[in-house]
Amino acid sequence: MTKAFVNEDHAPILELRDVSKRFVKRLDLAAKLANYLGANVKEEVVHAVDQVSLSIGHGEVVGLVGESGCGKSTLGRIVAGVHQPSDGEVCYQSEPMAGMTGQRAREVALSVQMIFQDPMSSLNPRLRVFDIVGEAPLFHRVVDRNGLEDYVREVMLRVGLDPEFMRRYPHQFSGGQRQRIGIARALAVNPQFLVCDEPVAALDVSIQAQVLNLFMDLRAELSLTYLFISHDLGVVEHLSDRVVIMYLGRVVEIATTDELFQEPAHPYTQALLAEVPRIETRRRRFEPVRGEIPSPLEPPSGCHFHPRCPHAMKRCVEEIPVLKMTNSGRHVACHLSED
Amino acid sequence: MATLEVRNLQTSFFTKAGEVKAVDDVSFTVDRGQVLGLVGESGSGKTVTGFSIMGLVDAPGRVVGGQIRFQGEDLVGVSPKRWQALRGNQIAMVFQDPMMTLNPVLRIDTQMIEAIRAHQRVSRDQARVMARDALGQVGIPSADERLKAYPHQFSGGMRQRVSIAIALLNRPDLIVADEPTTALDVTIQGQILYEVQKLCRDTGTALIWITHDLSVIAGLADVVAVMYAGRIVEFGEVDDVLDRPSHPYTSGLIGSIPSRNQRGQRLQQISGMTPSLLNLPVGCAFRSRCAYAQEVCAVAPEVSGGDDGRRRLRCHRPLLGGGLLQESV
Repeated sequence: MTKAFVNEDHAPILELRDVSKRFVKRLDLAAKLANYLGANVKEEVVHAVDQVSLSIGHGEVVGLVGESGCGKSTLGRIVAGVHQPSDGEVCYQSEPMAGMTGQRAREVALSVQMIFQDPMSSLNPRLRVFDIVGEAPLFHRVVDRNGLEDYVREVMLRVGLDPEFMRRYPHQFSGGQRQRIGIARALAVNPQFLVCDEPVAALDVSIQAQVLNLFMDLRAELSLTYLFISHDLGVVEHLSDRVVIMYLGRVVEIATTDELFQEPAHPYTQALLAEVPRIETRRRRFEPVRGEIPSPLEPPSGCHFHPRCPHAMKRCVEEIPVLKMTNSGRHVACHLSED
Repeated sequence: MATLEVRNLQTSFFTKAGEVKAVDDVSFTVDRGQVLGLVGESGSGKTVTGFSIMGLVDAPGRVVGGQIRFQGEDLVGVSPKRWQALRGNQIAMVFQDPMMTLNPVLRIDTQMIEAIRAHQRVSRDQARVMARDALGQVGIPSADERLKAYPHQFSGGMRQRVSIAIALLNRPDLIVADEPTTALDVTIQGQILYEVQKLCRDTGTALIWITHDLSVIAGLADVVAVMYAGRIVEFGEVDDVLDRPSHPYTSGLIGSIPSRNQRGQRLQQISGMTPSLLNLPVGCAFRSRCAYAQEVCAVAPEVSGGDDGRRRLRCHRPLLGGGLLQESV
């Protein structure tokens, strides 16, 4: 099996080993009846994440990029412990998370926190900011009730929110401030590792810059590790040390940010980079990639990208390319890069 | 003659809390085959400007002043009957959400043939051929079969193509596109920008592309108008405005975009947030967020520069190239 790819500079804080996640739509009564009568209705299985191995070093920012339906959010949720993997294991500081119990399990659960895309749907509209931010640290005894108000004040200041507003409700804030509340909630339990799932996608450009700056400041102050999920290559390029590209549930390329943007190796990465609109390129002629993203219900055989790939050959249709280290020291899952 | 000439357009919404000037004194022209990028953040009035041009502003909103001249004809206050003849025929709109254009319970062919026959005297069969050609034009494969499908059978990108194809059906002279690719993936966005660009080149259709994304504008548009709090604060050729922004807001917006050469560094950020249109600060609306604001900014700046209409600006303290402040205005 593929080995987990370790970045040499950092001791790994989190490792994914051949992690897969399948979502199965079970047969309902009508389908079972139909099968009983001789119809051949099958369960629908979506391979949202397919044998992903990845290692994230302490203090590293890893960007996870892909288009809608590629499984990047599912992978993020597995890392954050929202979903359990169907196969494979997730290790925190070299210890499998599935085997942890009691105090240690709680500790680890606290140290991995998640920030969501849409703050309006991830904040309880009927709780005040004080309760949203203060609930978890109180429950997990990070602070006691007497110190709670000062603690919430401190966390709010850290993310650039005015503590005077701690008695307000989420709807009384603007989009950027709401995202700060989401960040404050995650930070309140002193995490080591943040899974950020498209945290700036819903924000205006000028507000997005403020929040991205906040992420960079927090990383420097608290030596946090990020798994930063985004479809926006510009944002990922700005923040990340290393970039992981996903397509239909599989990782197709892992490289340092410099390498990836200077010399993308996988044809999908190349296509993706070519499509990113940049402020430096004027009146360009857009040269589109062919085709649509296939349905994850019936992914193409072999390499998932082959129907859209300009270099596809017979082998790509038959054989799944394995994520391998190339001569230049990066990881690419493509038959072309193997020779 | 310009395809569209908007002069001092004012659109207001009369709400319980008072008059909201969503669009205030907006002027621009779009020529044949030209692409105008209308950029702004949420609440800047860019969509309402588009809706005003299409005559789609509903109560409590109303166009309260100015002119919208389409091929010489003023569209403000024309009769509903005239609008019926214009919309979908000479002027078409593409919305952010294609399901706003498409009827979910009708097949694509029904909807397209209806749109053609509303404006042209052709037979059903001729209309079907035209519809098929339009689908082919926006890059939908096996158009004949796809005509028989319902909107829910298309993916998001395909649906947006269908709504663009419908906008193209009667070869309009002007298309107003309101964030049509914002909800789409980059590879699909690339495909759609490609089709749109080809179209304007080939048919001479004028296009207004409304977006919040300066990078898309950079690749697509000829001229750009930057909106802030209901007003156009800067207008000019794309290269001019993006390389040498004069308004501190434009410059701030460009600085906010993560770009190649400054990786890992702090992004230049515009402090504060977009003001509510209900209580705009007196004078320049950007004053409270502007690093260069001075006393003079307490008076609302007039439009300066460009009698030729090439470069216009609404600022007392414009920047020279490279972010240097122009001395003593």
